[in-house]
Amino acid sequence: MSISLLLLCLSVIGALAFVLGRARATALSGGRSSSMHSRLGYHGAYAAIWAVLPALALVCVWLIVSPIIIDRLVVKSFPEEVRTLPQAELNLSYGMVRSIAHGMRLLDGQELAAVDGGSADLQLLLAQKGVPLAVRPTGYMIDAANKYNGMREVSRMVMSASAILLSLLCAVYGLRAIAPRFRARNRVEQVILGALIVASSIAVLTTVGIAFSMLSEAARFFSMVPAHEFFFGTVWDPRFTGAGSQTSGTFGLIPLLAGTIYIGLVAMLFAVPIGLFAAIYMAEYASARVRSIAKPLLEVLAGIPTIVYGFFALVTVGPFLRDISAEIDGLLTGSYTSFIEAQSVLTAGFVMGVMLIPYVSSLSDDIIMAVPRSLRDGSLGLGATRSETVKRVLLPAALPGIVGALLMTASRAIGETMIVVLAAGVAARMQFDPFEPMTTVTVKIVNQLTGDLEFTSPQTLVAFALGITLFCLTLCLNVYALYIVRRYREQYE
Amino acid sequence: MSDIVSSPSQNIPRGLTPGAPARRDIGIKQRYAAERRFRAYGIAAVVFGLVFLLTLVSSVVRNGYTAFVQTSITLPIEFAEKVIDPTGKRASDPKVLISANYPVLMRDALVKALGIDPSDRVLVREATTMVSDSARIALRNKIMADPSIIGTTGNVTFLASANIDSANKGQIDLAADEKDRKVSDRQLGWMKQLTASGALHEAFNRGLFLSGNSSRPEAAGLGVALIGSLYLMLTVLALALPVGVAASIYLEEFAPKNRLTDLIEVNINNLAAVPSIVYGLLGLSVFINMMGLPRSASLVGGLVLSLMTLPMIIIATRSALRAVPPSIRSAALGLGASRMQMVFHHVLPLAMPGILTGTILGLAHALGETAPLLLIGMVAFVANYPASPLDPSTALPVQIYMWASEAERAFVERTSGAIIVLLFFLVAMNIGAILLRRRFERRW
Repeated sequence: MSISLLLLCLSVIGALAFVLGRARATALSGGRSSSMHSRLGYHGAYAAIWAVLPALALVCVWLIVSPIIIDRLVVKSFPEEVRTLPQAELNLSYGMVRSIAHGMRLLDGQELAAVDGGSADLQLLLAQKGVPLAVRPTGYMIDAANKYNGMREVSRMVMSASAILLSLLCAVYGLRAIAPRFRARNRVEQVILGALIVASSIAVLTTVGIAFSMLSEAARFFSMVPAHEFFFGTVWDPRFTGAGSQTSGTFGLIPLLAGTIYIGLVAMLFAVPIGLFAAIYMAEYASARVRSIAKPLLEVLAGIPTIVYGFFALVTVGPFLRDISAEIDGLLTGSYTSFIEAQSVLTAGFVMGVMLIPYVSSLSDDIIMAVPRSLRDGSLGLGATRSETVKRVLLPAALPGIVGALLMTASRAIGETMIVVLAAGVAARMQFDPFEPMTTVTVKIVNQLTGDLEFTSPQTLVAFALGITLFCLTLCLNVYALYIVRRYREQYE
Repeated sequence: MSDIVSSPSQNIPRGLTPGAPARRDIGIKQRYAAERRFRAYGIAAVVFGLVFLLTLVSSVVRNGYTAFVQTSITLPIEFAEKVIDPTGKRASDPKVLISANYPVLMRDALVKALGIDPSDRVLVREATTMVSDSARIALRNKIMADPSIIGTTGNVTFLASANIDSANKGQIDLAADEKDRKVSDRQLGWMKQLTASGALHEAFNRGLFLSGNSSRPEAAGLGVALIGSLYLMLTVLALALPVGVAASIYLEEFAPKNRLTDLIEVNINNLAAVPSIVYGLLGLSVFINMMGLPRSASLVGGLVLSLMTLPMIIIATRSALRAVPPSIRSAALGLGASRMQMVFHHVLPLAMPGILTGTILGLAHALGETAPLLLIGMVAFVANYPASPLDPSTALPVQIYMWASEAERAFVERTSGAIIVLLFFLVAMNIGAILLRRRFERRW
């Protein structure tokens, strides 16, 4: 019985339990529903919950535990000389057994008989079904695969039967509990509350998942490459090699970090003045009509996907900067060679800066608006012009909040991926010419993880070490920014 | 202002007429000039943002609107049996129809239509490059769908090759030297000849929306990417919306104020700011490596995007719940409702427009997200429609990324066309959210 069919069965039993529970409550109430503690639907829901939840829990536990047990048993049935192989090779042959088993489930009875009789080639047959095998299956593998399939089948059947049995038993239990004084509503609400708590803990689980997955993979990387070589290395040269070869490259974080920070800095150089001035203009000068049109339009910039910015940088901004630099060079020296490359720190930083404008402006707008009216009125009342009020009163008062906003924007600049992938280049080098390409941490994560992967080589695993560096950087920036903003808010409350 | 008060005497009045009463110059002119400059900076900043937006959109539209039209060539094809099935074994051997020499059919028809000498190999080759290589597949599909047409003659419409398509749309500079452009003068002459006879024509590019990916720009389409994006959005909607709403209800209505809930709160705010690529790493390591879900599947992409959208939906839902006035809650509780009934019967329905608006904006954000999908392998070359969310697939932004990395000039047009499609969906979703807010928003 497949899982989806089982789930369907369980939901049918649940629906049935609901109807029965409601009917039983109706019968008990004798037509006056006020004689029951809870409304009729709650009694039905109570029975339905009993029918479904325990059985579902059983299925979940079974699905997690049974593969582990089956794995153990199958490996135990391997011949002695296979079992004593090193762990890596044992895993390899076990992987083979599993793909054979998967393939054999796709074959029909006639084909299976042919394989058993030795008249058909299993490898060829499976390849036709879309299950390619790396090596020819040997005798013990086919036996083990048969055993695996058999145990899987039995496990599934036992699981389905016990889940349905449990569901029925619990439904009966739930139905029997229904009585006029029974507090069905409270029980049902407890279950709902539990579900709400589980949902809100998913957010926490995500963080734990991020930290755990990155740490475990990064730990594997650091077992191959010493941590100090990664964090303090100044050369990035991962040297992609064929599977199995032992040469490993050098993984130095410093050039990537330098590129990330440099490009982020250039982006902030564009985004901060423009964003701040836009925010000040919107908050202090613009009429309501201009504000109602310009503000949403500026925020459109934040809604455009970053891949679109990347493409724009690649086909429009980059070539434009290159050509214009050639013109400038021509006017100055007459040689018409472009000194800005199409993929450069400047291109990526400029486009990213534009992407960040709405973040800076809407965050600062909120913060400037939050400065108490009295400060503004006092300054204007003393005869200061608006710009003086902004420069001498509002900005100093809002400064902590603005710094927090800028830190958040900076964390976005560091984590931005698609613009730099398309516009910044892939060469990992340390230099300070903004017209040359540089690369960033995010670009290298993408580079190391696209294409065919094997999860054992440092070339792949380094992406997780880069990822955890990125995660920690942005986390620190954000936590600090949130802390500042919070304290700032309290100041005026 | 402190310096204004403290330094009045430094500004010695200049240019005052001798007889006029002495006025203390407090630098009003300079101050007003500074005021105007400051204001001008503000206007310049806003204008810069708007100009950039305009440039971006217009550049994409200018590059991309032609992608919605496609040049095709209709030729009368003679489905000659001696070409398709010279040995006459097609009834017994299905491979004959798969591997038949279809380009010859197209070549013969083209040579006839242009009236060139079939024995002049150079000319014939130059002519056949005018038609896309996908002609082979078009003919094969047509014949395999209905083998009875073998032996008859019928009109078949082929895609023109990318270069001819560009030339026909006027994107190739014809003034350039013949060697420097990809279309020869002879081909231009043939184009005019075919246009005059009605064989070469432009039509709405259905292939852009229906075809899968292809290495030939003229045959590449967004079909797979659109379906993949649809699967992604459905997964996100099915997972992130219920979980996000449930989490917000707990945090906003039930959670006691203590260290733990404070931690969850900080946590959610931080998750909203985690770089999206980190979610891709999480998906790769947990869903693909540990749970063994297939790579390139839109289900995995949907899971990753759900986790990414969840904090956004939670933040939007919480502010929507907070906007429902406490009097509603008090009234419900006063009439004897339990807290759960109060939330689900009264508060939640009133907060629903706000929640839906936030969800749509979250979905729009997820629709344009690229980086995490690259890491979980949705960047594969997929030519066939994915039948289920477990099949390999791409998504709209990933397709844009893949085409943007292609070297051929004609892919710029395709990429821009794909961006227009993506922006269209985003604009539609955002307008939907705005309308929803306008229609249902309540001011208490």
